[in-house]
Amino acid sequence: MDFLNDPNVLPWLIPAGPLLAFLIITLITNKAKLVPASDHHEYGGHHPDYDGMMVPVVARYSRVISVTIGMAGVIAALLISWRALYDASQLHHIGREVLASSIAWMDTGASTFNMGVLIDPATVIMLVMVPIAVLMIFIYSIGYMAHDPRQARFFALISLFAGAMLTLVVADNVLLLFVGWEIMGVCSYMLIGFWFEKESAYKAAIKAFTTTRIADVVMLLGIAYLYSVTGTLSFREIMYNPEALDLLATTTPIILGGWTVSAASVIGIFLIIGTVGKSAQFPLHVWLPDAMEGPTPVSAMIHAAAMVSAGIFSLIRLYPLFAAGGDPHHGILTEPLAFMAVVGAFTALLAATMAVAQNDVKAVLAYSTISQLGFMMAALGIGAYIAAAFHLITHAFFKALLFMAAGSVIHGMEHGEHHVHEHGHDHASLHPDDGTAGGVDPQDMRNMGGLRKTMPVTFWTFLIGGLSLSGLPLITAGFWSKDEILADAWLVLDKYGSGAHGLVFILLALAAFMTAFYTMRQISLTFAGEPRSEAAAHANLGQGIVSFTMTLPLLILALFAIGAGFVGVPSDFPVLGPIFSPEYNAFHHLVIEALPLPETTAAFASLPDYHPKAPPFNIVPVATSFIVALLGLWLGYMIYWRKPLKAGQADPMEKFLGPLHPILQNRYYLDDAYIAAFVKPSQWLARHVTSFLDRGIIDAILHIIARIFTWLGDLIKVLNLWLIDGVGDGIPIAIFHFGGWLRRLQSGRVQLYLLLALAAAVLIGALLVFSAGAAPPL
Amino acid sequence: MFHLFGIDALSVLIFGPALGAFIVAAIASFGTSKQVGRWLALILSLLFALLSIKVFADYQAAGLAIGDDQFIIAQDVAWFDALGARWTLGIDGISAVMILLTGILTPLAILASWNIEDRSNMHLALLLFFETGSMGVFAAMDLMVFFLFYELTLVPMYFLINQWGSLPKAGIKFSGRFYASTKFMIYSFGGTLGMLLATQLIGWSAGTFSMSTLVETWPLFRQGEALLGIDVSTVKALAFAGFFVAFCIKVPIWPFHTWLPDAHGEAPTAGSMLLAGIMLKLGAYGFIRLVIPLFPDVWLTEVVIIGVNVATLFAILSVVGIVLGAFAALGQNDFKRLVAYSSVNHMGFVGIGIAVFAQTYAQLWSGANPNADIQSAILAGNGTVLQMFNHGLSSAGMFLLAGALYHKTHTRDLSEYGGLWVKAPIYGGILLFTSFASLGLPGLNGFVSEFLIVRGSWPIFTALTAIAMIGLLFTGGYILKGIRAVLHGPFNMRWRDANLELTPAELLGIAPLMALMLLTGVYPNWILPMINTTVSTLFAGLAS
Repeated sequence: MDFLNDPNVLPWLIPAGPLLAFLIITLITNKAKLVPASDHHEYGGHHPDYDGMMVPVVARYSRVISVTIGMAGVIAALLISWRALYDASQLHHIGREVLASSIAWMDTGASTFNMGVLIDPATVIMLVMVPIAVLMIFIYSIGYMAHDPRQARFFALISLFAGAMLTLVVADNVLLLFVGWEIMGVCSYMLIGFWFEKESAYKAAIKAFTTTRIADVVMLLGIAYLYSVTGTLSFREIMYNPEALDLLATTTPIILGGWTVSAASVIGIFLIIGTVGKSAQFPLHVWLPDAMEGPTPVSAMIHAAAMVSAGIFSLIRLYPLFAAGGDPHHGILTEPLAFMAVVGAFTALLAATMAVAQNDVKAVLAYSTISQLGFMMAALGIGAYIAAAFHLITHAFFKALLFMAAGSVIHGMEHGEHHVHEHGHDHASLHPDDGTAGGVDPQDMRNMGGLRKTMPVTFWTFLIGGLSLSGLPLITAGFWSKDEILADAWLVLDKYGSGAHGLVFILLALAAFMTAFYTMRQISLTFAGEPRSEAAAHANLGQGIVSFTMTLPLLILALFAIGAGFVGVPSDFPVLGPIFSPEYNAFHHLVIEALPLPETTAAFASLPDYHPKAPPFNIVPVATSFIVALLGLWLGYMIYWRKPLKAGQADPMEKFLGPLHPILQNRYYLDDAYIAAFVKPSQWLARHVTSFLDRGIIDAILHIIARIFTWLGDLIKVLNLWLIDGVGDGIPIAIFHFGGWLRRLQSGRVQLYLLLALAAAVLIGALLVFSAGAAPPL
Repeated sequence: MFHLFGIDALSVLIFGPALGAFIVAAIASFGTSKQVGRWLALILSLLFALLSIKVFADYQAAGLAIGDDQFIIAQDVAWFDALGARWTLGIDGISAVMILLTGILTPLAILASWNIEDRSNMHLALLLFFETGSMGVFAAMDLMVFFLFYELTLVPMYFLINQWGSLPKAGIKFSGRFYASTKFMIYSFGGTLGMLLATQLIGWSAGTFSMSTLVETWPLFRQGEALLGIDVSTVKALAFAGFFVAFCIKVPIWPFHTWLPDAHGEAPTAGSMLLAGIMLKLGAYGFIRLVIPLFPDVWLTEVVIIGVNVATLFAILSVVGIVLGAFAALGQNDFKRLVAYSSVNHMGFVGIGIAVFAQTYAQLWSGANPNADIQSAILAGNGTVLQMFNHGLSSAGMFLLAGALYHKTHTRDLSEYGGLWVKAPIYGGILLFTSFASLGLPGLNGFVSEFLIVRGSWPIFTALTAIAMIGLLFTGGYILKGIRAVLHGPFNMRWRDANLELTPAELLGIAPLMALMLLTGVYPNWILPMINTTVSTLFAGLAS
């Protein structure tokens, strides 16, 4: 096994563990036993009544083995990642040197398409984040899914999910990235619809897959186009190749050539649209809030560790392509950059406004994800790709934490409700609007309240995650990464008066303010005051393995939600800078090498500098970060924590926002608009294309011609009969009988189809013949 | 090419199944049990499968490079001297792939029809007989022989649909299978009438039916002169039309596709598998083998009224097929018809690949555009052949699964399923896998070929490729609709006591397909170099 010691080959094995776990669980260890469906305790609470049927429930031994294998896979991935990170750290100068290996994968004419893996600084930061976050989600799933009848299948699917994400991370070319990208799409489809009996679940799954697929087919075109211009899809061969970039930036595109854009711009926008779908940016953000229909660990997977991060990660990877021909650090944006800046900043604000009016504990988080991804997108658009990468990492940690803490809250609420049922409280629902008889919606924050007393660990960790999301100054990771985005935007705005940077600065600052506010609202509604339902009063995680495995990841991620920020403290930040970044900003120093540096490579001297210099300390963006975060948190605290909601009392926002509130709550009615504008017409067309075109026109023409020939046949038959009658009675009778026999043998239709097809052939032939005459001489 | 019992391997692959079919059918008259017939058919077909794998491996081992003569001729003897037709068999990289596909699919189709009780011997014999026809088409190097076998495939398929097709629906006197089989027969037969005339015309005027000679001589034949008193370009256009219509019906290219949903929907499982898996490929194969090299000038002819050349028209029709096929599939409520329309959708990509191939080939051949984008054409060509192979795997798999459910529930109506995943977990997992392969999920087979075709056609038919993406989007739509209707949602209590899980025979039938789908998706180079070398060689001669 010599090759295992080759640090260049090792990255192949990073995704291998989870992928193997998927195969083993699926093919071997997932074994179910049949139990009567009425056994509610075995079959969990997520299923309709199977009415006395025998239903499969994963066998106990299979559950244990499958979970173990799933854990082994992800732990293997973690250890190999660490080993690879160590190898990478041994490189003289990672970025200028990389760990890479590839194999011949597909013959393409005289050349070959190589498939390979790559470890460069962009991979490094993902390898730090993804395996840890994924491991936490796996640990959490042990407890969260402990009573699910299909836990083995669940572990198989999230293993595949993790394997796909790691494949995407180590890919050395766009095609392999796309492979991981799409497999994740399928995994999220299957996991969102994991409780496939539920209508809301499978509908959300289909919505997620279809919405992202709209973006994916455009991205596929972008990949095909990129491949046809450059002849390669390798990251290093395109992004590290000034000639390729120059070619892309100067080629006139084969479409939209009249718009004076370059091929790089068209390709760039196609690829960015892929991310708009995957990372849930406006106008394709609609799938993400629904995606919470899946089990909570899946939400954490989609919102933090994998799916949506993949979109931003791929943009970081491809950044030189977007910047080719422009110079964002001097205020010159290319079309793709401007596209990202506008879409990102707009989405950040739009999603933040929607989050304010949500009552579902996971929905608030879902909108906050969309909003935070908008921050990253906008950062990329203004050239601050390091800040985007930084926010990607910190966000992954605190968002995974928040989702799992929210999952604990829901679990606790369900537990509490169960408790209520067992003890015969009939008035389980204190909320008058709740339609469900005898039960409360365990995700509705209006039914919560006071959980800080019953679920203290969840409260404190949720608080830490929430504060990090809000960007509480100085101590949380979210502050440092958000601050860097604002600092980068301010720098170029200040120096060059760039309008795009100004727009991004203002919109993001506003969004950050709303983020702090709705996060505090959420924390207060959930944890402050008195319980607003019996379930909330009795909410807890219980004892034992479930409670332990669901609590441990929260504690670990809480450390990261605070600590992850300190790797990227600007070195000239007063007081804290010299402590955490005595020489240089560590994160900045590493990630800057993800792209070619003009000063280090002579060949790149002609290219504009991609690299944002670490922006010098400036009081304006820092003060802005302070003010928006603190003001938002303070307002939330004053409105919701100081005067906690009573059971049945309306949300103060409803009064404050007035008629705006239902609009925000209903997501600006965008979903309904899409259904009316796209879904319904498509379904109508699908229903009618067969009956109208195939049957109504094509087959109808064929049938009409068949009728004509049948009629002709009948005519000849009549003529024959008449002739035969005229000739005499002797032989004709024999012939008549023979004819009758013959007629039975050949159904009229057969003949006529034959003639018809011949006629069609002649017709088309004639068309071609006439056209051949008009052809230019060859 | 190696020999078995003194007969060359390709001839064995052609006559062996026919002989097997005869034996399997004959033993029924001696009162042997059906089980004997089944095992015999299975073992024979497995032997032929092994043989086709050996043929494939031998071709691969020959290690031909780009620019070499790609054909390995196995047999060349006088056959029908009066006509000038010879019994010439041979393969290149493209036919080797198709022979492999035929060899693999036949035993799987036999496994899928394991539970057929009604005249099972005859049913299995027809499947073997169909193998003879397809092998003949893929191995033929003589135009007459090609035509002979091309027509021969219709016969077993007609009887399979007509006799073993779907059961009549309640209240309807005649089952749809009679309509479907007749339509299928007339459509196909009508299409090949023109082809027969064209074959005769070419053979008579060129004095030979040898494909390798014709490819060289026919395009240049009496250029600018008259034939039968008619301008030769008109004659060629007529001959082109004969082949064109025949193959368009077979592929099927929109609007020649309306036989397909009926035939697929009504055919028995094994019939649908072979129909979709192999028979549609005969048309695409005909385009690549005959229509492109024989008529390079006609492909560039401008079509009156529409104002584009024939190749572009073909691309347009293919894209219409991709988009409308996807919409039509989305609108179906019949599981098998949904899968059937998915073939229109997927074979549309084969069509657009052929159009790219044809146009570039013609431009280079005629010198109309010496700078034509060869690389794109090679990629599109590779993608086309690979897509033919991939569609063979995934459509056969989908029909097997649709059929498996139909056998147990006796309904194909999607609205009568629902939530079946609980009852049939293995079936559910396999349906998901196969559906996603059919969808073109990266990591599985369909993606590689679709990506190659999109990449190849994008620089040449840019707008059409972009429109085709709408079809690709709705491919997702109908695949998810199928999964949703069968597996998801509340369980339909009607099937409470039914056993819906795959039978062992069905499981055995689908497992090799799944393995090949995964292998091709993960490492396409196990098969692609042969295709690539052959396709590249076709262009290599023209580039200079």
